[in-house]
Amino acid sequence: MSIPEETEPLRLVVVSAGTSDPSSTRLLADRTAERTAALAASHRKTVTISVIELREISADISAALVTELVTPKLRKAAGILGEADGIIAATPVYKAGPSGLFTSFFHVLDNDLLIGKPVVLAATAGTARHSLVADDQMRPLFAYLRTMTAPTSLFAAPEDWSDPALNGRVDRAALELVLLMESGFARKIRDESWQSYQHSYGSAGGAEVAIDLDTDLMRLATGG
Amino acid sequence: MQFGIFSVSDITRDPVSGQTPSEAERIDAIASIARKTEEAGLDVFAIGEHHNPPFFSSSPATLLAYVAATTKRLIVSTATTLITTNDPVRIAEEYAMLQHLSKGRMDLMLGRGNTAPVYPWFGQDIRQGLPLALENYNLLHRLWREDVVDWKGKYRTPLQGFTSIPRPLDDVPPFVWHGSIRTPEIAEQAAYYGDGFFANNIFWPKEHYMRLIRFYRQRYAHHGHGSEQQAIVGLGGQAYIAKNSQDAKREFRPYFSEAPVYGHGPSMEDFMELTPLSVGSPQEVIDKTLTFREHFGDYQRQLFLVDHAGLPLKTVLGQLELLGEEVVPVLRKEIAARQDPQTPEAPTHASLVGAKYGDRAPRQPRPNANRGDNVTGASPYQDTAPELAAEYPAP
Repeated sequence: MSIPEETEPLRLVVVSAGTSDPSSTRLLADRTAERTAALAASHRKTVTISVIELREISADISAALVTELVTPKLRKAAGILGEADGIIAATPVYKAGPSGLFTSFFHVLDNDLLIGKPVVLAATAGTARHSLVADDQMRPLFAYLRTMTAPTSLFAAPEDWSDPALNGRVDRAALELVLLMESGFARKIRDESWQSYQHSYGSAGGAEVAIDLDTDLMRLATGG
Repeated sequence: MQFGIFSVSDITRDPVSGQTPSEAERIDAIASIARKTEEAGLDVFAIGEHHNPPFFSSSPATLLAYVAATTKRLIVSTATTLITTNDPVRIAEEYAMLQHLSKGRMDLMLGRGNTAPVYPWFGQDIRQGLPLALENYNLLHRLWREDVVDWKGKYRTPLQGFTSIPRPLDDVPPFVWHGSIRTPEIAEQAAYYGDGFFANNIFWPKEHYMRLIRFYRQRYAHHGHGSEQQAIVGLGGQAYIAKNSQDAKREFRPYFSEAPVYGHGPSMEDFMELTPLSVGSPQEVIDKTLTFREHFGDYQRQLFLVDHAGLPLKTVLGQLELLGEEVVPVLRKEIAARQDPQTPEAPTHASLVGAKYGDRAPRQPRPNANRGDNVTGASPYQDTAPELAAEYPAP
């Protein structure tokens, strides 16, 4: 029995905080994205890949961080993520933590933009001593954002680039991502349970929820 | 359509001269700025409220009483009065007093305040900021409309037989605007009471404000105060004007780049593109301001931020001259030509008196003789409706 091909391609978004061109961070993210697309193809799914290079919008991120001003470039990046079916979030490690550019970007996004979305975390560093940064430091940030973070995180120190074991881990994470994307988890949350998550006015780019008039605060607003 | 200015009352180092004005200099300056606002032909002067340095305006009612006394036509207002950390009883008393002294040339804009440490200084908690604002305003609304109020709420000592004095001028409460940029509950409260709604309109993409103002208009109509078009909307804006565009940008850039809040962030060009800020020739400021009504619908009040970020007094006075001579007259004409004829003017004391009394003389409450308390009887005033008169046990 053949499985009919899905008509809608899955939208995969790579967020990279690497700074050189190409950076090892971007290489790790791209490798994961390619494997995700290949494994999805074996599931008869097509994947479109968009890339958000944070270095290109670093000034926009810092402006938003200090002034709340959301520039068109930042709004565009948030829009791409809002539409994403899956995300690969990759950063270099500086001073034993993810790049400030990476965390700042996720700090200025709306709290509820990524609810339920599958995410693979990836980090690169100059030494294997930083290997827990993804699970220790990036994972809590994505827990706060309420993403569906894949069990396998990726980490590459210089020695990993020549070690076939890295490819094995990339494949493992990529398959997890494909399965999570296929499940339509984020979409189903949005359809069936969106109201049960905390939202605020204007969060999720205005797609959060309708204004609810049946609340204690709204009753207080109309005389109590 | 009313035009005016609003100031947050910041005392900021002038990045060009390097000088920081003293509190005394800045307070003198604001009095000159307010007088100039009237001389320049603008309609409204509004001042913010803060309780921490580097601001000076902790006591807006006092400042506005002085401004009203030194002007003849100007409407004095606030931007904003803190409905959270002020006792609504004191707001009722102070602003009713201002209303009397200014002969009705005042109104009030309410806001919550977003500086967390200020709340505990006044015995409050920012985490309760929204319900506190809503409840306090419900009380304020009654204090200005009922001679005697019995009241019990969550955040304030209950009131029993309380009369807020003086009663509003002509027994017509001051008009109230509710300032908010992201809180549907505040828009709902403004709509419920038929009050005005003001969007500061500075940082967020305008789509957010458009949605909130649309919600306010719909709810204004829903609560039976008129059509959506008749809802009373005010907008902020920010301008720096020079005879030509290049001079404006050159002169304003150092102030922009070091301004509190948005300085050291986006480029001035990006900020101009994304927010209502216009820095340019009078025509550029006119063109930009004319786009506001296309986004938000016809509205009643436009306030410009011209006094901030360390701009010296001389410059601010010059800005007011340019606004008054070259910008606002054109805007008045263009907007009058473009706006829907159904658009109402912003309420004034005169229009509110007319709406309440028509040709009748306004009520002038005269108190009864001092009874030693404020509790017995239905009203402390002589013109109590006979059916409300208290019956005392026969002696």
